[in-house]
Amino acid sequence: MNETPVLADGPAAAVARPARGGLRKGVAAAAERAGVAGALALLVIVFSVSAPYFLTVDNLLDVARQISVTAILGAGLTLVIMTAGIDLSVGSAVGVTAFVAVRLSVGGAPAAAAVAAALAAGLLVGAVNGVLVARLRLAAFIVTLAALTYLRGLTYVGTDGKTLFSTTLGYAWLGHGTVLGVPVPVVVMVAVFAAGWYLLNRTVFGRWVHAVGGNAEAARLAGIPVRRVLAGVYVLSGLCAGIGGVIASARLQSAVPDLGTGYELSAIAAVVLGGTSLLGGKGSLVGTLAGAAIIGVLVNGLTLLDVSTFYQQIIQGVVIVLAVVLDRLRTRGATEVNP
Amino acid sequence: MAAAPVARPVAGLDGIEKSYHGNPVLRGVSLTLGAGRVHVLAGENGAGKSTLIKILTGVERADRGAVLLDGEPVALAGPRDAGDRGLAVVHQELSLVPELTVADNILLGREPRRRTGRLDRRRARTLAVEALARIGADLDPDARIASLGTGRRQLVEIARALAGRPRLLVLDEPTAALSGEEANLLLGTVEDLRAEGLALLYISHRMEEIARIADDVTVLRDGIVADSMTRAEMTEDRIVTSMVGRPVRDLYRRERSPDQRASEGTAAGRPRLRVRGLRSADVRPASFELRAGEVLGVAGIVGAGRSELGRLIAGADRPDGGTVEVDGAPVDLRGVRGPLAAGIVMLPESRKEQGLFPWLSIADNVCAGTPRGRRAFGRTSPADARAAARPLTESMRVKATGLAQPVGELSGGNQQKVLLARCLARDPSVLVLDEPTRGVDIGAKADIYTLVGEVTRRGVAVLLISSELPEVLGLSDRVLVMRRGEVAAELSGAAMTEENVIRHATGGTAARALPSEVNS
Repeated sequence: MNETPVLADGPAAAVARPARGGLRKGVAAAAERAGVAGALALLVIVFSVSAPYFLTVDNLLDVARQISVTAILGAGLTLVIMTAGIDLSVGSAVGVTAFVAVRLSVGGAPAAAAVAAALAAGLLVGAVNGVLVARLRLAAFIVTLAALTYLRGLTYVGTDGKTLFSTTLGYAWLGHGTVLGVPVPVVVMVAVFAAGWYLLNRTVFGRWVHAVGGNAEAARLAGIPVRRVLAGVYVLSGLCAGIGGVIASARLQSAVPDLGTGYELSAIAAVVLGGTSLLGGKGSLVGTLAGAAIIGVLVNGLTLLDVSTFYQQIIQGVVIVLAVVLDRLRTRGATEVNP
Repeated sequence: MAAAPVARPVAGLDGIEKSYHGNPVLRGVSLTLGAGRVHVLAGENGAGKSTLIKILTGVERADRGAVLLDGEPVALAGPRDAGDRGLAVVHQELSLVPELTVADNILLGREPRRRTGRLDRRRARTLAVEALARIGADLDPDARIASLGTGRRQLVEIARALAGRPRLLVLDEPTAALSGEEANLLLGTVEDLRAEGLALLYISHRMEEIARIADDVTVLRDGIVADSMTRAEMTEDRIVTSMVGRPVRDLYRRERSPDQRASEGTAAGRPRLRVRGLRSADVRPASFELRAGEVLGVAGIVGAGRSELGRLIAGADRPDGGTVEVDGAPVDLRGVRGPLAAGIVMLPESRKEQGLFPWLSIADNVCAGTPRGRRAFGRTSPADARAAARPLTESMRVKATGLAQPVGELSGGNQQKVLLARCLARDPSVLVLDEPTRGVDIGAKADIYTLVGEVTRRGVAVLLISSELPEVLGLSDRVLVMRRGEVAAELSGAAMTEENVIRHATGGTAARALPSEVNS
């Protein structure tokens, strides 16, 4: 009699728990394995059937070119998010670096100098963010939110709120040229991801990024220079924004005051869709590329199907929520692995 | 029970058994708590005290046995249910909200409301003042918690537990973080509550406290009631003996003798580590030397400052003063990199929180932060890391499907071996091992002890922080006993007994410690 209440619940709980855990683990594992690639394949199949023009070389190259800037921003952001940080300033950084490049070109600077100056501006933006986050230990969200605001303001001041055109932009080839039939922005995007992959997987710095994101305190005690790693990822994110600014301005042959507005959100969506955990430690550049492709294919396919841009936004938002749900399932699976 | 209290039993535990992952923590524990009595629960770390409290307060469920209220078995649905039934607990770690006032904290979660749902501020204040008056605490109900010292916070915590009008109050080492004067005040409060007829379960290791307030004492050891006694039967010797009385396993002794001989050859030699006046908020100035090939144990109860001392030496925390020298050269203690460069490597206390990168491979975990597995220009590859880690993981006998396996999938013992392999990857001259065998199976324990023997033979000096007395006594050449942040004693030779360690760690009287030193 004494033991009845305890015993009655014991076995029942013991049976119910593994069953629930097993199902959840199964879903999580399936989501992790098939997640991005599966979703991308599914979208491609759906649009290939419903929109005949979708599955053509021209259209797919067009999609790749359209996602190039977001994807490049996503590459830098992947590193930042892997350290459990965030960089909200990349969209505004695209605007300001694009302005730097166009302004110098209009002023007569050689194309190489204009591009180099834009990249340097990107590095500077990243360095400021990095120092504030790593040295002064400010919250990355606030630091980069502030940067988003002041960089946009700088761009407005620089352009005086007007679009700065250049019909003879020296580096226009970076936006319009092709290499062996592949648009240059796509080539640059692939190069950025290749370099990023090498950095993340074949250098000590890359191991440190994984380590700092996975367990910052353990990294510190292991003698890893945590602050330098943190500052480094923001600098790299700024560099990616600079590359994005060059390509975006080359595409437009102008510096538009609100160029890049909202790009940070698409880039973050791509990173999360790609399976990088917002909690840090886990991430993949290949995933980010696939995540950007999902967003690009979705927009392209829906446009081909004549879905209004209003609805497109709704669908994109739902896709982002689904991505976060996937992230949740994945991290829950991970905590179950580590007792 | 032999020592049944004469008072009316309020609550009790009957034949409680509990296992975690197949390891039995409690093996049939019974005790009875009477109204107007202070029942002290004593026992070494890991004896099962915390688990017992969790079961009594509804946080965990027993595998077998029952919680009794007024003699009737009850099924507690959770901590809230236990609270509603009159079981209140004051935990070791304080759980107050620092930015709220004393009154807000006392009524947290049971704020009185007006009919519209608005907070009834006047009534809240009245209730809080009542609760404070009940424990005789002279505290401003409008003071912010953040402005109070630890002792006063502990009183607020008790007032909060009492605001629910409990019949049983559980106090889990309430004086662990208090100064002598604060502890004195708190013990006075406990005595007042007893006089009011409250049943109290008081967890403590401290002999002077037990002597002052206990009506009954139950000693837990390895998950069973080792002894229980009433105040009339109680002696310090009887409590200490029953806390220790476990048969010492051969494991430690066997490993020790060859190491001991090996280290004695070099023991007379050069000092490897010299610590002078090292201090921080948690550590009173500590000075000692550690010779090459020597194992220096650090014993003491939880919160005595053992890990904190180790962390200061390894640069994990910044000291307020003092120096550390390795082989005569001063060490830069401003971060971990100075001690690492000097050859001081620490195995941190919590492998999960301070050691492992759970998603990274075994190889990456071994090489992380070390110079191993790298090529020129900061290049590396999974194959480089595996090649660098393999000799270390093989010598540590890490069991895994391969070195690419994520370390989070390994058992506790193998995870600990991976971290030890990382320590070895730095070719240390001083190893600080903080609880190296916590949560580790017996086979892995033996491997870790073997490793300690091997490295000391190579001249590595080992600082062994451990809560397991047989381990720390069996492996060490000398033992420092810490108490309240201070090195209370240094024991060597025949004085290295469990009784002596416990006496110094808990502040037992020196006069009584003497005879047992003679006996051993």
